[in-house]
Amino acid sequence: MSKKVRRGARCAVLAAWGVLLALGAALPAGAQEAALDHWPSERADDMVAIQRGARLFVNYCLNCHSARQMRWNRLREIGINDAQIKDELIFGDQKVGDVMTVAMNPHDAKNWFGKAPPDLSVMVRARSTAEHRGTDYIYTLLRGFYRDRTTLTGWNNVVYPNIAMPNILWQRQGPRTLTLTRTESEEHPAADGKGPGTRELVRVTSVYDADGNVHVEKTPADKSQGEGEEKVVFTPADAKAAAQVDDDVADLVAYLNWMAEPTAHVRYKIGVWVMGFLVIFLLVAHWLNKVFWRDIR
Amino acid sequence: MGLHETKYRGVMGWVDSRVPSLMNAFRVHMAEYYAPKNFNFWYFFGSIALTVLVIQLTSGIFLAMHYKPDSNLAFWSVEFIMREVQGGWFIRYMHSTGASFFFIAVYLHIFRGMLYGSHRKPREIVWIAGSVLFLSLMAESFFGYLLPWGQMSYWGAQVIINLFDSIPLIGPDLSTWIRGDYVIGDATLNRFFALHVIVLPLVLLGVVAAHIFALHDVGSNNPDGIEIKDRLGADGRPLDGIPFHPYYTVHDMYGLGFFFTAYFAIVFFAPEGGGVFLEGNNFLPADPLQTPQHIAPLWYFTPYYSILRATTQGFLIWIAAGALGLGVLTYLSVRGMGRRLLVAGITALVVALLTVPKVQLDAKLWGVVLMGSSTMILFGLPWLDQSPVRSMRFRPLWHRAVLGLFVGAFLVLGYLGMEPPSPARTVVSQIATAVYFGFFALMPWWSRMGQFKPVPDRVRFVAH
Repeated sequence: MSKKVRRGARCAVLAAWGVLLALGAALPAGAQEAALDHWPSERADDMVAIQRGARLFVNYCLNCHSARQMRWNRLREIGINDAQIKDELIFGDQKVGDVMTVAMNPHDAKNWFGKAPPDLSVMVRARSTAEHRGTDYIYTLLRGFYRDRTTLTGWNNVVYPNIAMPNILWQRQGPRTLTLTRTESEEHPAADGKGPGTRELVRVTSVYDADGNVHVEKTPADKSQGEGEEKVVFTPADAKAAAQVDDDVADLVAYLNWMAEPTAHVRYKIGVWVMGFLVIFLLVAHWLNKVFWRDIR
Repeated sequence: MGLHETKYRGVMGWVDSRVPSLMNAFRVHMAEYYAPKNFNFWYFFGSIALTVLVIQLTSGIFLAMHYKPDSNLAFWSVEFIMREVQGGWFIRYMHSTGASFFFIAVYLHIFRGMLYGSHRKPREIVWIAGSVLFLSLMAESFFGYLLPWGQMSYWGAQVIINLFDSIPLIGPDLSTWIRGDYVIGDATLNRFFALHVIVLPLVLLGVVAAHIFALHDVGSNNPDGIEIKDRLGADGRPLDGIPFHPYYTVHDMYGLGFFFTAYFAIVFFAPEGGGVFLEGNNFLPADPLQTPQHIAPLWYFTPYYSILRATTQGFLIWIAAGALGLGVLTYLSVRGMGRRLLVAGITALVVALLTVPKVQLDAKLWGVVLMGSSTMILFGLPWLDQSPVRSMRFRPLWHRAVLGLFVGAFLVLGYLGMEPPSPARTVVSQIATAVYFGFFALMPWWSRMGQFKPVPDRVRFVAH
């Protein structure tokens, strides 16, 4: 077989599999995820941001959520000394060498909220998938609360519908109105009750006001607007307060990101040295191999 | 005096005169083991796999010193290792990355075998030991994955053990016996710990030794597929052979350098591997009351998981068609009434179990059968491969395309197994499953077809 034919055969096989793979990959499996906001990742190395996040965490999260793998004295690694930890962060009678457990009983929590608040030690890693990063997820989640009269707590969430958690930062954030726009397809049964009905595309606009009342408007939509796409717009009553909360949540996520893997920066630093060593090792090994193999004809 | 004669001096001489087996083993297996001189890139993966085994055993020992195999404590003990144990994060990442790299090395090692005919006579037992190792490795990683007791650990194990339910008559009791309880729980965790830490490592070590001894008894194959022992020099040593030590010890060290670079790059810079090596969902403690939206095994099991998922009720008729076709082909190829009757009988039985309403086994059981056969079929390769030449190098070029098709099917199945299913994806995985099994089932025929090139006397080697 000539080179051309061989290459052609190889290309044909690859092309066939490429087509099949693309078919399998491109066709969606089901509901698509709402697009998440991007967390400002430069805060991952910002000690001040992480410290602010630690303070917010202790004040707002550590009442219901535990972080039982996080030892208080580990906060030394982000520049907070033992005296500061004891005086300003630990509210109860825990010692600086204790772990961040909380008094909330999971059984009680389940009765009150419907679900025990999960431990947050590794939550950022737990929410990381191939599609999105855990930091982006939690950043969008904590800023995605809206008032909704129909839920137990009066709060709902655009990222996690019917979440059992209330909006912890509501007082800092001030009231907000949510406008949710979604294109759905509505089925109408046939007028005579027999035969297939009709399907039409509708644009559904739901407005949740600051008291949690919802006003829904439906307008016919054209095919150019894709089905299932959702647009989320929050309108804060106090723009400055809402922007401050955005900033706070970014710091909080920076802290949660650090807490999920406190040794991450150590890992990186040692890794650079290890790679350096391995490059030198490779050069020496290559040379040694060459020297030995010179005898082989 | 009872001492053996020795050529060594000093401490080595003292030991050798009392236990000559040690230096004898070194001579037989390293310094005087003559391996073909034309090994290429594909020949690194055996020693890489062995290295990863050592890494897993060592890192595993240190993990086992701190890990607690109790359903309430397991998840938190792993995090304890990550944070509180000195260098614990490093040991944990080495072990999780090592598991994935073990499979990468083993898959490439198996591919080498298929490429150069390392499974053929007289090396069938080497291949069978290797197949046993592959199954043991899969079992070892399956048991090991439950240990972190995360959501994916729990639910992945739940799905796989539930498959045993579908075995007729004994299924549910078998599942209960494996689990140690009616649901996966503390009992399951404890026994999987024992299996993972003690039983399977011993099996792996024993069968690796058997694999290597079986290979050394017969001598290594090479990319040209010719027997170097057929051309001996005046000193009785193969003309195209070189002593494993020092030539291949230094060559393998070079290869290990590349391996370690890739391995430690992952360990230090991306241990989660984008959610492929360490899944995000596994950082949530196992919750029997909350099923994850999407349950998938780790990437190295996904091709087989894909085959399992592809076996739907609608696919059974196609399997029956394939079985019938294979039966007809086999019937026409064998001689003798006895054998032909046997082939006809088996074919009729299989087709009946697939299609005839009252006796039909359900799709779930067929899925398990297909998934099991997809790994077991490797055992049959020495007998399925009927090519007159060993190495792909001297086979007709279209044989390479067929092998490429098989590899493509395997990769497509692997990718689809990681994704949530959809009707279109199911069809693609069914096509890939057909290619996967067709490659093996039709091998006795296609491996014989075509124009083969003449095999050389001596290996082709370019000095470097």
